[in-house]
Amino acid sequence: MAGVGMLVTTVYAILFYLATLILVAGVGYRIWVYARTPAPLKIPTTPAPVTRAGVVMRIVREVVLFESLFKANKWIWVFGWVFHAGLLLVLLRHVRYFQEPVWKLIALIQPFGIYAGFAMVAGLLGLWARRLFVPRIRYISGPSDHLMLALIVAIGLSGLAMRYLAPTDIVAVKAFFLGLMTFDWQPLPADPVLLIHLTLVAILMMIFPVSKLLHAPGLFFSPGRNQVDNPRERRHLAPWAAELEAAEGRGR
Amino acid sequence: MGEMQTKEQLTPEDFLDPLEIPPIVKGAMADSKPYPAAPEHQEKLGFPGELVDDWHDRAIAKLGELASKYRGLRVYLDSCVKCGACTDKCHYFLGTGDPNNMPVARQDLLRQVWRRHYTFAGKYFPWLVGAKDLTEELLDEWYSYFHQCSQCRRCSVYCPYGIDTAEVSMAAREIMDTIGKGQKYCNEIIGKVHTVGNNLGLQAKALKATLEELEEEIEDDTGVSVRLPLDEKGAEIMLVTPSADFFAEPHIDGLIGYAKVFHQAGASWTISSHASEAANFGMFIGSYENMRKMALRIREAALDLGVKRIIFGECGHAWRAAYSFLNTLAGPFDFLDQNYPIPQHICEYTYDLIQRGVLKFDKSRNDHIRLTFHDSCNVARASRMGDMPGGQFEIPRAILRAVCNHFYDMAPETIREATFCCGGGGGLLTDELMDVRTKGAQPRIRALKEVIEEHGVTHMAAICAICKTQFAKIFPAYGIPMDTIVSVHQMVSNAIILDGEVRDDDDDDAEDDES
Ligand code: HEM
Ligand code: SF4
Ligand code: SF4
Repeated sequence: MAGVGMLVTTVYAILFYLATLILVAGVGYRIWVYARTPAPLKIPTTPAPVTRAGVVMRIVREVVLFESLFKANKWIWVFGWVFHAGLLLVLLRHVRYFQEPVWKLIALIQPFGIYAGFAMVAGLLGLWARRLFVPRIRYISGPSDHLMLALIVAIGLSGLAMRYLAPTDIVAVKAFFLGLMTFDWQPLPADPVLLIHLTLVAILMMIFPVSKLLHAPGLFFSPGRNQVDNPRERRHLAPWAAELEAAEGRGR
Repeated sequence: MGEMQTKEQLTPEDFLDPLEIPPIVKGAMADSKPYPAAPEHQEKLGFPGELVDDWHDRAIAKLGELASKYRGLRVYLDSCVKCGACTDKCHYFLGTGDPNNMPVARQDLLRQVWRRHYTFAGKYFPWLVGAKDLTEELLDEWYSYFHQCSQCRRCSVYCPYGIDTAEVSMAAREIMDTIGKGQKYCNEIIGKVHTVGNNLGLQAKALKATLEELEEEIEDDTGVSVRLPLDEKGAEIMLVTPSADFFAEPHIDGLIGYAKVFHQAGASWTISSHASEAANFGMFIGSYENMRKMALRIREAALDLGVKRIIFGECGHAWRAAYSFLNTLAGPFDFLDQNYPIPQHICEYTYDLIQRGVLKFDKSRNDHIRLTFHDSCNVARASRMGDMPGGQFEIPRAILRAVCNHFYDMAPETIREATFCCGGGGGLLTDELMDVRTKGAQPRIRALKEVIEEHGVTHMAAICAICKTQFAKIFPAYGIPMDTIVSVHQMVSNAIILDGEVRDDDDDDAEDDES
């Protein structure tokens, strides 16, 4: 390693350590805040499940099928679901860059991962079109909403470009990431498209905890979705409400 | 909008799609504002009498406090992705076209301030994420648009994360209350409950007289002495019902219905003058303390009267406050009979009696009525009846089918969990908000007109005091007779056969049918 190659490797190594730290610490902190904040009243959107198991199923349906969104709007649902399903496959496909040997399952989905990349971009473009052309959605969209779509589309396109237009040395890329994980740095190829792709990914990781991407952990903490409908059967009392009662010498 | 029509003048244009999305009209409803609370109304609830000097800082501090006390608010402020799924779900948007009445835009009025003060992106890149300072103009918009949300939760059904604009509105109203910018209608009423025991400020003596009058009326009608007891110690059941049931139409016919059901069941029951109100407007203003204080009156009354069961009359948000919150706010109710749900809805009670064959009906007494049912938002999306999720939809319908031969549901996308608010919920049932109330009722009215047209529906039953008042008031603006709205227990009352009754008017009814 020498000269430009050395510099590129160092910069990207540091960038990815930083991005990972921000992503993990930031999202971890958010989850901690959500978990710590009490939900003083029973407010599930009813009809709601009356058992814990039912609630787990409700959340699973929301995460896997986007059930509520399906009820709301078929277009947003189609685009949103295709985008997220694509994203999931693409992410899984990327797992191979972080492990040696590669798990069977990860190896198995490699071919689908390619189509998933296209699906993801197509879904995003659909969502973007709605943002631009449906007056209601244009009204509620701010610069950050467009930029977020632009960012992920750009990540997708630069990724696809490496596959079809400007291939990079993926063996070296894998060595780089495996090296990062063992603190044994390996050179990163200085291909422009790769560097763009990686920069954008690092940006996405870093803004995750301070942006609307918090919807992913948020869903699991939404009282409208995660509460069991059993207020008559079980008394539900937040710590601060219990204090209020204790101060008056009431309750238990 | 709002032009008067008679039924004969209805044209095909009146039969429009309830879900039709209007074009956006910015600022269409910016001038809709409720009357501000007077200092005395504010202070009774522990809020400053008028806008405090340091309102800005106090508002920001309160916002932070609420976000740390309510997980829902916190998560909802962070999670919205602006997907737009909720944008066409609010009846106030459908009726007015004002973009600030799109649920996400309504939330954003608060969220932009949250972002400005409590998020990294909003502090350092406000223009990027639409973060804004709380200015006097924005506060004005809050006052306007957070009083154009009936907290009906329709938006929360469709949001992929269950973001509930009702929670956001409640928080915004609480912030406004704590800086001295309260709303007269809600706060005045809450004050009356704290001092007198009900929304109307109806004293025990007046209540007693009203109930006695009703007893006479029932006896005149049926020849049976049906009691409406007040403050009877040792009764088994305490009925807590919205005070509108004591004087308003068609509410009062529902109250007569409950009394007849209790009578036929041979139940020992009583109304309490101390807790003569099921409504809990503390919920509308998002005030846990005020809501709790009112809930505790119910506990006190139950203890004082030594009752074993608590049953709630027909009221939507009151049933939410009872079903979802009463145990939390005023429990545990270990002194009540644990064999019954605590609290129980009058519909659950009546339904159970029907199931057990205790009640007998002559359905033909309702043959002049072709009925539909309006699911009240708080019952539909914020509570339950019976053991099964969705019992809140099935039980009232089962009762109506048991007492009436002609029942027709409105379009599926406008009932059950998808039901539209009447337009007057959430503390908006006040005359100065008539415009937004009328426009907000539009989707429900359109759905109703469809079944009027298709099935010749003549009446719509509801189990909510606010819905009943609202519809009675706004129906004429849409060319529908005001007595089209009926109580569920009014239908029960019509059909129930009381032991030993004399019905000299049966023949008259039959003749009426022909006309
Ligand atoms: C638990 C996992 C997740 C769930 C259940 C979920 C669900 C959703 C849903 C229902 C929507 C609204 C529909 C749509 O616009 O697509 C949405 C939007 C979005 N999600 Fe996710 N998501 C998850 C994870 C992620 C992750 C990890 C990312 C990271 C890139 C992401 C990025 C986005 C973006 C950018 C949007 C907004 C799209 C737009 O602007 O229209 N999501 N998500
Ligand atoms: S809670 Fe109801 S009134 Fe309020 S924004 Fe949502 S749909 Fe509209
Ligand atoms: S549906 Fe939920 S996430 Fe989508 S714009 Fe509305 S509030 Fe935001």
